[in-house]
Amino acid sequence: MSTATEDKREQELQGVGCSRKRKEDPRFIQGKGNYVDDVKLPGMLVGKVVRSPFAHAKIISINKEAALALPGVHAVLTADDLKPLGLHWMPTLAGDVCAVLADEKVSFQYQEVAFVIADNRYIAVDAADLVEVEYEELPVVVDPHHAMDADAAIVRDDLVGKDEAGGGARKHNNHIFNWNVGDKDATDRAFESADVTVKQDMINQRVHACPLETCGCVASFDKVKGDMTVYITSQAPHIVRTVITMLSGIPESKVRVISPDIGGGFGNKVGIYPGYVCAIVASIVLGRPVKWIEDRTENLSTTAFARDYHMEGELAADNEGNIKALRVNVLADHGAFNTHAQPTKWPAGMFGICTGSYDIPTAYANVDGVFTNKAPGGVSYRCSFRVTEAVYVVERMIDVLAQKLKMDPAEIRLKNFIQPEQFPYNSATGWEYDSGNYPAALKKVMEAVDYQGLRKEQAEKTARGELMGIGLCTFTEIVGAGPSKSCDILGVGMFDSAEIRIHPTGSAIARMGTKSQGQGHETTYAQIIATELGISSEEIQIEEGDTDTAPYGLGTYGSRTTPVGGAATVKAARKIREKARKIAAHLLEVSENDLEWDVNQFRVIGSPDQVKTMKEIAWAAYNNVPDGMEMGLEAVDYYDPPNFTFPFGAYLCVLDIDRFTGVTAVRRFYALDDCGTRINPMIIEGQVHGGLNEGFAVSMGQELPYDAEGNLSGNTFMDYFWPTMVETPKWELDYTVTPSPHHPMGAKGVAESPHVGSIPCFSNAINDAFMQFGAKTHIDMPHNAFRVWKTIKEMGLNK
Amino acid sequence: MSKTHIQFKLNGSEVETLVEPRELLIHVIREQLGQTGSHIGCETSHCGACTVDLNGESLKSCTILAVQANGAEVATVEGLAASGELHAVQEAFMQEHGLQCGFCTPGMLMRSYRFLQENPNPTEEDIRQGMSGNLCRCTGYQNIVKAIQVAAVKLQAK
Repeated sequence: MSTATEDKREQELQGVGCSRKRKEDPRFIQGKGNYVDDVKLPGMLVGKVVRSPFAHAKIISINKEAALALPGVHAVLTADDLKPLGLHWMPTLAGDVCAVLADEKVSFQYQEVAFVIADNRYIAVDAADLVEVEYEELPVVVDPHHAMDADAAIVRDDLVGKDEAGGGARKHNNHIFNWNVGDKDATDRAFESADVTVKQDMINQRVHACPLETCGCVASFDKVKGDMTVYITSQAPHIVRTVITMLSGIPESKVRVISPDIGGGFGNKVGIYPGYVCAIVASIVLGRPVKWIEDRTENLSTTAFARDYHMEGELAADNEGNIKALRVNVLADHGAFNTHAQPTKWPAGMFGICTGSYDIPTAYANVDGVFTNKAPGGVSYRCSFRVTEAVYVVERMIDVLAQKLKMDPAEIRLKNFIQPEQFPYNSATGWEYDSGNYPAALKKVMEAVDYQGLRKEQAEKTARGELMGIGLCTFTEIVGAGPSKSCDILGVGMFDSAEIRIHPTGSAIARMGTKSQGQGHETTYAQIIATELGISSEEIQIEEGDTDTAPYGLGTYGSRTTPVGGAATVKAARKIREKARKIAAHLLEVSENDLEWDVNQFRVIGSPDQVKTMKEIAWAAYNNVPDGMEMGLEAVDYYDPPNFTFPFGAYLCVLDIDRFTGVTAVRRFYALDDCGTRINPMIIEGQVHGGLNEGFAVSMGQELPYDAEGNLSGNTFMDYFWPTMVETPKWELDYTVTPSPHHPMGAKGVAESPHVGSIPCFSNAINDAFMQFGAKTHIDMPHNAFRVWKTIKEMGLNK
Repeated sequence: MSKTHIQFKLNGSEVETLVEPRELLIHVIREQLGQTGSHIGCETSHCGACTVDLNGESLKSCTILAVQANGAEVATVEGLAASGELHAVQEAFMQEHGLQCGFCTPGMLMRSYRFLQENPNPTEEDIRQGMSGNLCRCTGYQNIVKAIQVAAVKLQAK
């Protein structure tokens, strides 16, 4: 058997490593996608939420009469209507409760107060305007630093006297939890005895993942059968089904949740929102399908923000720049309800990854969560849980330390990296990093961009008074949540699943517990199966998102699809291959041990002409199997990962700042990613492009700003920064491959790395530009032109 | 509210319907005429997901009232492959991986379709300026720009 024919057969499979064109695209380019808002059911009504204009107020009265009198209005629901059903409050993924419709008071601006159901969207909006709500304003808590003041207003009256709101003991009415990790005493001692210490406050500002498709659902309750079907914009449809059962008491077997095509998620579509619950209740009450789709302002104002981490980072080092300890204190603003979306036992997510890519012997991180009169949330915006925040603090701090020691930011990184031979590496905060080669990645980037040349140019420009910044970021992510011994959502372990069936004629269908929102799962899962089973990916149909057909899984977020769902797929395929081997041995009348796998067939070792292809084996599986074997060729796997995976990368940004206008031009952005084994390079590159642009948006402009009264003043596309093609930089990509030793195919996940890594990279570049002129402190994001211009002016650089 | 009779050409076919004067064209196309290819991302004329072609111009269909389309010729993404073959921009977006979640795609395609008639031989800078009314959250735009360049070459060769 020549290698050439093997290669040809392999190419025909379009398996792992090939830039296969996407299976999803034909429907999307012809307007045949099927998104939630495209769903139209007979007799369907439309719901609209009535929202609070105040951040904190008592509800004195709600008058529905005028709204109900409008022709075409079917019902107006308030908390009082939901109370008899026990549905005016709902549990959150974080262990708190959240008002479905405001119960006696509102705790943030735009909070859900009533739900109007009408014939169509126009009548629903008219009727929402006619609902009269009388409020009595209350003092607000906006600044998280004052949330725990002795005289602070109480955000959550329902929790007064309760010592838990998810995540541990509370010490103040507005306190949610304290979470810490590492050795505090040892860290304190390391700081006391260190040659050099640095300390810096910094903010990961409140932002929003803001997918182009907003959140929504169509709930349809069949009164005769007692079945509930919900089409929903969810990244995790199976857990939605479980929660619907917990809330409504409808048996899980009678609840069907369908996530059809999803128009981007980025973490925004993990949570379970009051609007969904209202539509479900309305459908039960009215016996008709009810659609609820939020508008853009509702999306930016209510359905789960991200970040709002107020951090104080500290590093201790010797005079040569060897880091001895890291200490981080965080104040986390969770808004009015603790609805952050993390594994339930991790109130600060994976923030403990804050030691980054560095061999830091001692570390301590401490996070306090507080309630404020702002929208609830705390989702992971295109990152694993709180990893962007963790990477930001360590990547900024290492630059701050470099500045103090007058060292080059690349040099200090190279000096402190965990070395390739140290893997698996146990970090001071308790993680076991699976694999990595950080020095090689950074050196490759430095060479590609002529790092020394750039620094020389920068020195020349600085001498002329011109602002040029060079930013580095050498990040490590922690993704693939996660081992069920430590990770669960509402008690359900964070495994994921795959079920593969091979049909008699050799094509296949496979279903997974994950859910694509643009990542191309229909394309890439088929590639994995193609490589494992020797079936062309063109003959493998992938389905996700329908809880009636797909096996239970925890969904797609935190870059968990490849590490967990991908692993389940490999394992299920390998179960099938083992059965196929037995059938092949039977057909060839040899021992199983005499067979070897060869791309798409089993062949007898030493007799290359004696083969059985997967197609032949598939047919035999339905008519001629060994004695005692069940017919059929299918397998299911529920994969509980032994560990997280740790993708990493080295990024570099070069930018020039106009010192008269504050406008920043990104000249180069060079991103090297290592996500282990690469399944589809084309899709990986697309994911990296997109993640970089979201990181650019966050660092350079995105912010949800609140005024002193708790009014949200940036919740439309007039204010909320979404880069167009004009502002967006051009991306240069590179990669290395360091497989994960514990993943069955060595893959780690990639889609979030570029977001996590690029935010500190842009921010380091801006700070680096000002550092050349002696800037003494860190400059916070977002680095928009106005804020940059203010710094220029303060430093007198516009002369 | 009283309704007004309107009639226009949608993807080459005459359509007629009754609308309230306040109804936006995008709502009528999607909800009354059942053509759900064009999407709603903001309803404030920023994102471009609802971009259609109206009398030979790109138009965000959340920007005008349906009654204003009376007598017009409107084309949506569903009409791009009307000849039975994919249009060059559709092919190029697929070839160059110019889409991910697909939500901005119909608007992107309709704008590219018109843009390449306005400027058949654009520079990269021209493309970035000419397409800047259409927002994408997934792709970082790089492959969309590439797709439009590829489509331009293909259309020029025709």
